[in-house]
Amino acid sequence: MEALVALAIGVLVGCGVYLLLRRHSFSVVFGLVLLSYGTNLFLFAMGRLNTHREPLVSLPGPYTDPLPQALVLTAIVIGFAMTAFVLVLALRARGMLGSDRVDGRRGDE
Amino acid sequence: MNLLLILPVLLPLLTGATLLALARPALRTARVLSVASATAQLAVAVTLFTTAADGLILSYAVGDWPAPFGITLLLDRLSSLMVLLTALLALFALLHALGGVDGRGAGFHALFQFQLLGLNGAFLTGDVFNLFVFFEILLIASYTLLLHGGGASRTRAGLHYVVLNLVGSSLFLIAVGVLYGVLGTLNMADLAARLAAVPATDIMLVESAGLLLLVVFGLKSALVPLHFWLVPAYSSATAPVAALFAIMTKVGVYAIVRVYTLMFGAALVGPWLLWGALVTLAVAGIGVLASRELRTQVAWLVVFSVGTLLTGVSLFTGMGISGALYYLVHTTLVSGGLFLLADLIGAQRREGTYLTSGEYPAARQWLAVLFLVGAIAAAGLPPTSGFIGKVLVLQAGLESPEVTWLWTTILVGSFTVLLALSRAGSVIFWKSNRPPAAAAPHWLGSVPAAVLVSAGLWLALVGGPLTAYTDATAVQLLSRGTYVSAVLGHVKEAP
Repeated sequence: MEALVALAIGVLVGCGVYLLLRRHSFSVVFGLVLLSYGTNLFLFAMGRLNTHREPLVSLPGPYTDPLPQALVLTAIVIGFAMTAFVLVLALRARGMLGSDRVDGRRGDE
Repeated sequence: MNLLLILPVLLPLLTGATLLALARPALRTARVLSVASATAQLAVAVTLFTTAADGLILSYAVGDWPAPFGITLLLDRLSSLMVLLTALLALFALLHALGGVDGRGAGFHALFQFQLLGLNGAFLTGDVFNLFVFFEILLIASYTLLLHGGGASRTRAGLHYVVLNLVGSSLFLIAVGVLYGVLGTLNMADLAARLAAVPATDIMLVESAGLLLLVVFGLKSALVPLHFWLVPAYSSATAPVAALFAIMTKVGVYAIVRVYTLMFGAALVGPWLLWGALVTLAVAGIGVLASRELRTQVAWLVVFSVGTLLTGVSLFTGMGISGALYYLVHTTLVSGGLFLLADLIGAQRREGTYLTSGEYPAARQWLAVLFLVGAIAAAGLPPTSGFIGKVLVLQAGLESPEVTWLWTTILVGSFTVLLALSRAGSVIFWKSNRPPAAAAPHWLGSVPAAVLVSAGLWLALVGGPLTAYTDATAVQLLSRGTYVSAVLGHVKEAP
């Protein structure tokens, strides 16, 4: 399972970075989204991967670390808000600059 | 007493929330609330400053959760100095905004308060993940403040600024994740204590997290090559926002000082920081010289000051950190003042802040005096605080093996700044001969700019007490044990 999760994080971050370096703002925003997914998955995995365990110390038996789950929730909420904001900003830039390129130039100049 | 610690976070939060709840209040109401809150924050900051000046380290456990588990707010000499500096700068930037900038878009005052919330929180928190959260708060407030007033250039600069900082946030989370995965804690003091006993197999992981954090903080503080966002963003923002942003790069510097003196130590990042800072100085020196607009020039001055600051910090000696902190106070106030001054000059001539001859500003003599004071302070000539700060950093550099490079870069860089600013001043005030179309505005409008710019003089007057304070701050920062035991009680002592 570790290998699968690691691979997923790697693919997400790799695709995210590739898209971030693209010219059009839509790809960049999409890259940001993938990057934040990869980060969230990584953050979740930092509490070690366990199955069928409760995040409660009071129950008998082994438990899983609840803190990364709390952290990843915070990160998801913040990431969601930021994505919404950057989307609106990209739309506004598209309207104002008349171009959806990150540098604001038109066409292929 | 320790309850006072949470006030710099609560005051702007409540004011900002009230302003939002009032749903587009009359501008007058918003102004009264905002200025009252900023004044109250200054009073709280002064109280905290006098408390911390005795060398006490106060901690406040939020929600009364004990230290390594809950979130801790922490006040030592460094954080109280930063909170005081923020309050001072914010009050005058806000007063300048009352001149009409705040009415150019909705929600200026609420956003301004949220920005202060993020800044104060970042300076006070003792928890790495909480530092991330406060970074996000101050960033999202800054995104919208940057766009305040609208316009194409702001939108373009804003898009770059937002995207770069979102990438920075992802890196921050990854670094925090690695730290938690290896050490099992997020409390800075606990991290410091556990780092001392990290097993040899995990040392590489922890160090890579430490270097990843350097990239994040370097991005916030505009360390070359992570500086590309700063100049377009700062020079296109409205003046009060740009003035407040003068402290935003210092959040990055603060985080570097805090995290590496407390947790990782000098050996990991010292060389990276020193060379990064020297390249920053060189690039910013060229940038200052090449600017065609006064606002751009002041934005490059901010980059230049970050170079000087981080040169001092990178030595990780008492003298280096103390000199850098003194310079930090000076440069934050003076560059904030210069942004406000550039705004006044731009409003009074048709050429704006472009460095071409044409109309001179309506209040020529008064603005010229202010510009002279600001310019010699920024270039670091006596008798201003810029001179004292630079001498302190240069003196500290004598102990560094790279002393030749350090002295040459700082001195040549300062010379280019001097050259560029004297050219800017002579073009705007001497070579411009046409009388301006606009009438001179009321002198009251220039008071905030005057107070901030003249910081170069009054910081030199209080140079003795202030350097004594920054010396004590550096001593406190370099003795990690006191910080750790102040947070965790006397359970664990870091070596």
